[in-house]
Parts: sequence; structure tokens; C-alpha cells
Amino acid sequence: MEEKKPDANLDLRGVVCPINFVKTKLKLEELNNGQILEIIIDAGEPMANVPRSIKEEGHKIVKVDKVDNHFRLLIEKA
Amino acid sequence: MALTNEQIERYSRQIILPNVGGKGQDKILKSRVLVIGTGGLGAPCSFYLAAAGVGKIGLVDSDKVELNNLQRQIVHTTADVGIPKVESGKKRLKALNPEVEIVTHGMRLDSSNILDVIKEYDIVVDGSDNFPTRYLVNDACVISKKPLVHAGIFRYDGQIMTILPGTGPCYRCLFPEPPPQGAVPSCQEGGILGVVAGALGVLQANEVLKFVLSTGDMLVGRLLIFNALDSTFRTVKVPRDKDCPVCSEHPKITKLIDYQEFCNLRTKTDCSVK
Repeated sequence: MEEKKPDANLDLRGVVCPINFVKTKLKLEELNNGQILEIIIDAGEPMANVPRSIKEEGHKIVKVDKVDNHFRLLIEKA
Repeated sequence: MALTNEQIERYSRQIILPNVGGKGQDKILKSRVLVIGTGGLGAPCSFYLAAAGVGKIGLVDSDKVELNNLQRQIVHTTADVGIPKVESGKKRLKALNPEVEIVTHGMRLDSSNILDVIKEYDIVVDGSDNFPTRYLVNDACVISKKPLVHAGIFRYDGQIMTILPGTGPCYRCLFPEPPPQGAVPSCQEGGILGVVAGALGVLQANEVLKFVLSTGDMLVGRLLIFNALDSTFRTVKVPRDKDCPVCSEHPKITKLIDYQEFCNLRTKTDCSVK
């Protein structure tokens, strides 16, 4: 399946919990339903927490890629 | 309005909440709240409102800080004894959150000035310690259709109710007239546990934040009663009084009343420890 082009992106490498999620949440507020946000977060605690919080808010994580020691997530706003 | 990085950090723990987010934080930053009295209720209430980022907080008080206030009025400190309470309050709230605008009203509210004061705000918190002010504030808010969060505290008990004029009951639906002179002891005579003031003041701040965020259920038509000795809360349903002297369809009261002080609280000489 062809990957949707992100409508916005955030580089959250080095940004600690929960500020990484807060910034993700604020950026998602600016998007319309169905639009895609690309974020890059660190492995470890951020990867353990941020995706769960995003899903709790009802958004969909459509793709996860591991790039070096980081993760790239594509989030579809719901 | 985009939040700055500093705002995102400061308010992160509430922006995270469902029903707040960036839009909710923006509503809080734009809200204007009048806190009447900077005492047992007004101190904790205004402290939490400033912490939450309420854009403009008005403080009303005509008194100066006394040593006996410090057991519960947490915006004032020992070094503030003798200075006007609105100045002491402003100093502490600004120290907590410099981006909040604090407007000081160092006056005693009466029928001639209250409408001008409350019109600048979205919602009013009554943290007054006397019946003349309590009835004046209720009537002024009903007449100008201004949301009001009432609370009263005495010894180990506290009560709180939110008044949305035209929607729910007002304070006079509950107690149509002030009690006769001498029937009810004041806090000064009866005593008050500091934490009761704190608990109720914080509950008032909670009502304000729900109003600003348009979320949750406010205490409209519900009187919440707290007892510190039993650690119990109970809720009493309060209906609107169709014959309410001020908020019914045909009110008897259409002009504000300046009731007389019930005790000599205001004229008492300084009794603080020298």
C-alpha cells in the first residue's frame, strides 16, 4: 500500500515525556480529521508512552518505522 | 493563538487532559474571573486559577493582612501583615504566574459600585465572609445575569453551589432573606479549620474552570456540603423558587440592597499579636 504523504510533521527527538505527547496533541488539534501527522520520537520511554496516549485520544497510528535509535510514526487524526 | 514553548511546558499537565488541549488552554488564558474576598476561600481559589493560567483575575478586598489570617489564607505571608490584602494577593499570584493579569479592587462592594466591577468579568467567585456582601453579590449577579460560584464555610463545614442566573436557582432560592441579626455567629466568633476553607476554595476554582472550558457538570441546582470531621461530601438538590425574591419571573427585589453588618466585625480594633 502506498504511504500517504504527511500533512504536518514534528521532530521530537530529545523531547522528553510528556512534552513530546503534548506537542503531538497540539499539532493534531490543528489538523482536520483524516489528515496525517508524521512524528519522530526517541526509543525507550517516549516510544512506550506516546503511541498509547495518541491511541487513547482516538487517533490512529497508521505506520511505525524504526530509524536508527528513533521511531517514525504516521498518525491519522480522528 | 499559538502557545509558546514556555506555556506548553507550564500547562502541559492540563493540556494533556481530555477536554482541555490547546483550545481549552486558550479559553483559560482568555478568561476573566472576579474573586470577591482574598481570605479563606479567595486565597486558595485565586491561587489555583492563577496556576491554571486564567488570563485576568480581579481581587476584591478592603482589608489588610492580619496575623490571624495566615492560618488559612495562603496567598498572604508573615511579612505581608499590615499591607492591603489585594496587594499581598497580587504579589503572590504574580510570583506564581507572571503572565496572569491581576486587577486589584481595594474597596468594599456596595450597591453603588458592584455592577461596574463585575461587568468586566466572565464569572464571579464569592469568597466573602459576611451576609450583606453575600446577598449583594447574589442579587447583582442575578440582575446582570453573571455566573456566580457561591461558597460558605463555618467551623468544620463548608457548602458550595454554582448560580447560573435564569438557568438554575440562586442563593435566595435557598435562603430568601439574610438571617436576623445575631442569629448566626460569624467565622470570627465560630472558628474555622483552615483546610475547610482550602477545600471549598479549590472546589470554587474547579467550578470556574469547568465553566470556562464548557466541560463537566457544574453545581447548578445542587448544593455540595462538606464535613471535615466525618470527611464526607453530600449533595442536596436545590430547586428554583418560583417565588424567589430576586430571580423569579416577578421579583420583589429589582434594586440592590445594602444590608447592615450583623456584628461589629468591621469596627473591631486590631487584635493581632503585637
